[in-house]
Amino acid sequence: MTDAPAPLDGSLELDPEWTARILTRFIDQELHRTGLTDLVLGLSGGIDSAVVAYLAARAIEPRRVHACLMPYRASSEDSLSDARKVVAELGIDAETIDITPLVDGFEKTAGSVGRTRLGNVMARARMTLLYDRSVEHGALVLGTSNKTELLLGYGTLHGDLASAINPIGDLYKTQVRHLAGHLGVPDSIRRKPPSADLWPDQNDEEELGFSYAEVDRLLALLIDARASRATAIEAGFTPELVDGVTRRIVRSQFKRVPPVIAKISTRSIGSDFRYPRDWMT
Amino acid sequence: MRDIRVALGQIAPRLGDIEANLEIHRRAAAEAARDGADLIAFPELSLTGYQLADLVPELAVPVDDPRLAPLFEASDEIDLVFGFVEEGPGHRFYNSAVYLSAGRVVHVHRKLYLPTYGMFQEGREFARGYRAKYFESPWGPAGLLVCEDLWHMPCAWLLAHQGAEVIFVLSNGPTRGATPGREVTSVSVWRELLQTTARFQTTWMVYVNRTGCEDGVTFGGGSLVVDPFGRVVAEAPALDEALPLVDLKTEVLRRARTVYPLLRDENLELVEGELARLRRLRYDLPDPTAATEKDGVV
Repeated sequence: MTDAPAPLDGSLELDPEWTARILTRFIDQELHRTGLTDLVLGLSGGIDSAVVAYLAARAIEPRRVHACLMPYRASSEDSLSDARKVVAELGIDAETIDITPLVDGFEKTAGSVGRTRLGNVMARARMTLLYDRSVEHGALVLGTSNKTELLLGYGTLHGDLASAINPIGDLYKTQVRHLAGHLGVPDSIRRKPPSADLWPDQNDEEELGFSYAEVDRLLALLIDARASRATAIEAGFTPELVDGVTRRIVRSQFKRVPPVIAKISTRSIGSDFRYPRDWMT
Repeated sequence: MRDIRVALGQIAPRLGDIEANLEIHRRAAAEAARDGADLIAFPELSLTGYQLADLVPELAVPVDDPRLAPLFEASDEIDLVFGFVEEGPGHRFYNSAVYLSAGRVVHVHRKLYLPTYGMFQEGREFARGYRAKYFESPWGPAGLLVCEDLWHMPCAWLLAHQGAEVIFVLSNGPTRGATPGREVTSVSVWRELLQTTARFQTTWMVYVNRTGCEDGVTFGGGSLVVDPFGRVVAEAPALDEALPLVDLKTEVLRRARTVYPLLRDENLELVEGELARLRRLRYDLPDPTAATEKDGVV
């Protein structure tokens, strides 16, 4: 059905200008209903946080957007210079905080940990800084995780997954790229290979074992269009990819929901105490 | 009907805050009255906001509740159509739309179809209405529907056949993003639906949708008026608050019903007979005729 609305056939197409309008209004309204005035976000030099910064600077006064550039010893120089480009381009407030002493301090106190665990420590050190700065500025913390990462569980719980509001959490990586082009995110950011930049030459797509372009098409089919495994395979995806991705989604569900509360009373948080997050705002 | 000027109150209500929303209504109504509007229509649940969950019983009021007094007073100047959580008999909570004029309630419509799928939970929070009744307004025969009601074809059909010449649809239509060529998705889908309904029923369709954002859900706006030929005669922007004024002419309705006498030609006997058959199929009821023949019982 060629004339069906996009979500039904698993399309990744979006209208970037209308999408930007929806997202800037979302940021503006979710911020101001809390009574706060400012926004804080971690700016890594990657495309996701750059897009969020562009949306934020469009939603509210750029000087009320506070970017934290938080490199670690092993972070790439390009990441920092790309993040600085975004700051200069948008005229947002920014500070650079080297997290190396924090992470070294952790290892000194808690003992040495392997590469993956150290990556988690870095992500949580950055979260700690963002939430601290949010108090300083009377700001909300903006999330920068995209839908692909969220579905695959490719993020650190209480680290980069932590935020107050996330404008791009319903956009696949491919769609974030499309939006980045429309918003005028610098070429150097849009062209480089995606990386969590937790250690030198880390590459998301090598680590995951598939490209974002491919997995996004699959996710749009499985999640948005609710297609069956058989339909996905018929559409050209290998059974290994379909099953591998499905397994990842299922196993990372815990990262996408609040902690489970054991039900004891007649009215329990999480099951029958049901109020909107935007209660009385 | 006589000619009327309608204001579309495309507002962004404050979630769960009746006092603040009364003020939003009052101000918009005063502005519309100044601009010569005969009535102003607001969106679904315009007095409370949409993502209510456990707030439903806390915000429910009977239609004659003193808290609504400011709107009854405003209706001395201009007729009002708005949405609220109605506490009905038996402490049932309805997603209702009400028409006020000259300080009194002219009509209450309780939402008939409560979407309870995907992102919607209304069947959990609300009791459903069971009457699709037209009413006589000060300017002529009209009907009220709430959002999902319009997605069930019989609702508009029933109102039109009772005599409604203007059907108001109060809505909280959320967007699911924006795709190329379809702008904000909810806007184009509703426009098509309203145009088709207007053509089928040869009635004026007045659609008022809200804007703003609640718990991440953005409501699309794009309120509009479609004439009885199915032509869009006025449209509010997507996403932003607005208060457009539209003149509804009785002459256009007369022409549409002259050119397309669809209501006149409706075959009620056909519908009634087929409906009886459908009911038997759906609920697995015995066919009285067949049973008589088979069993030889008279």
